[in-house]
Amino acid sequence: MIEIVCRCEDITKEEILEAIDQGYQTVEELKRVLRCGMGPCQGRTCTPLITRLLSEKTGKSPADVSRPTTRPPLQPVPISTFAGEEE
Amino acid sequence: MKEKAEVVIVGGGVTGCGIAYNLAKKGMTDVVVVEKEYLCYGASGRCGGGIRQQFTTEANIRLAMESVRLFEQLSEELDTDIEYDQGGYLIIAYQDEVEQFTKNVQLQNSQGLESKFISPEEAREIVPLLNIEPIAGATFCQTDGHANPFKVVHGYAKKAQEMGVRIHKFTEVTDIETDDGQIKGVKTTKGTIKTDTVVNAAGAYSRDIASMVGVELPNKPYRHEILVTEPLEHVLNPMIISFKTGIYFSQQKCGSIIGGIGDPEEPSSYNVSGSLRFLKRMAKTMIELVPAFGHLNVLRQWAGLYDVTPDAQPNLGWTEGVDRFCQANGYSGHGFMIAPKVAELIAELIADGKTSVPIDGLNVKRFEGEITGETYVVG
Repeated sequence: MIEIVCRCEDITKEEILEAIDQGYQTVEELKRVLRCGMGPCQGRTCTPLITRLLSEKTGKSPADVSRPTTRPPLQPVPISTFAGEEE
Repeated sequence: MKEKAEVVIVGGGVTGCGIAYNLAKKGMTDVVVVEKEYLCYGASGRCGGGIRQQFTTEANIRLAMESVRLFEQLSEELDTDIEYDQGGYLIIAYQDEVEQFTKNVQLQNSQGLESKFISPEEAREIVPLLNIEPIAGATFCQTDGHANPFKVVHGYAKKAQEMGVRIHKFTEVTDIETDDGQIKGVKTTKGTIKTDTVVNAAGAYSRDIASMVGVELPNKPYRHEILVTEPLEHVLNPMIISFKTGIYFSQQKCGSIIGGIGDPEEPSSYNVSGSLRFLKRMAKTMIELVPAFGHLNVLRQWAGLYDVTPDAQPNLGWTEGVDRFCQANGYSGHGFMIAPKVAELIAELIADGKTSVPIDGLNVKRFEGEITGETYVVG
C-alpha cells in the first residue's frame, strides 16, 4: 500500500523513511531533499505527519522535533494583489 | 567526530561541498566539511538557481563559461538529475542601457561567448508573454540557464561522502588555532579537528571565520528576497533579468516561477526575514514585464544573504599572513553559477599547489590597490 504523506508534492511515507535513514533527520532537510511541505498548502497537512515519523524514527519527543520556518504569505495570494498600491 | 584531517572546509553550501567533491576526485579524501546548520542552509539553498555567463569582467565571464561546460555534464557525473535547463538569459535593455549593453556583448564575444543584442520583437519571439512596450531591446545568450541548487549541493555531498569525505552538519566552527602563521586545528562545538589547511567557504559568514585568524575580509552581507509561485504549464524558457530594476525570474522544471528583486535601499545586515515591501516591488516590476503573471499565486517568500565584495568578484586562493588558509567566498550574488569551476580550481590549488587557470587576480590582496570590478550583479 502506498501511503502519501505530502499531498501537494506527492511524497510517500516510504520516501520519507528512506531519507531519514540516509541521515536527513530534520523537517528542514527533508523539505530540501524531497520537497515535502513546499506545495500550495505549505506543509499544513504533512508537517505534523513528518514530525511524527521523525519522532518515531529518532526517539525524540514530537515537541523536540524542530519546526520548519513558516514563510509568508501563509496561503496562496495572487501576485496582482501586491501590485495595487504605491509604496 | 574525526580528530585529524588533511583539509577542513568551513561551509556546507555549493562551494564547500563542490570543493570536497573535487578534492576527493583528485585522491584527497581525508577531508572534513563543517556546517553550522544543514547542507545548503545558506545562500546555496536560497538562491534562484540562475546560471549566467553574460558578465562584464573577463574573470567573471571566463569562470562562468567554464562552469557551464561543467554544469552540462554534472547530472551524469553526480548521478543526480540537477534539473539543468539551458533556456538562456534574456537581459532586458532600457533605452539608456543600450550603448553599455552593446559594449558588454562585444567583450563577451571577445571571450568566445555567443551572446547577442536583440530587438524588442526578437525578445518577444523568445518570450511570447513579454510586454515589449517599455523596453529598447535585450541581450540574449542561449547557453545560460538554471539548475536546482538543492540537487547540486546534495549531489556533490553524496559523491564526496562515497569517496570518503566526512560531513559534520549542525556543527559550528568556534575558533581556528594558529601558531606563528601556521594553522594547527579547527575548534568546533563538537570537538577539535587537527589540520594545517582550512578552506573558508562560509558565504556571508566568511568574514567571521577569517577574523578568527586575524584576517579582515572586506565582504559585507546583504539580504536579497525571493518568492516562488504555484506551478503552471511551461510558458517561459529563459531567465528574464534587468539590471535597471534588479528583477530576475525563471520557470523551474516543476513549473513554478522563482524570482527576486534587488533593493537599492537594503542596508548591510544578516536579516533573512521576508518583507511586504519586497512583495510589492516584485509584483509591480514583474507584472510590467509579463502582465499575465499577475494572476499567479505566490506560495512562499524567503531571503538569503549575498556576500558582497567591493568589486563584486569572489575572493579565491591563499591568504597572506596565514599559511594554507584558502578563501572561497565573496561571490556577491553569483556564487552558485560559477561554483563548479571555482570548486575545481580550489581543489587544484590545494592538491597540486597550482591552478590550471590563473586566479591571482581574485586574491583578496587585490583590495590593497585601486578597485575595478563587476557592475552587473543581479541573478
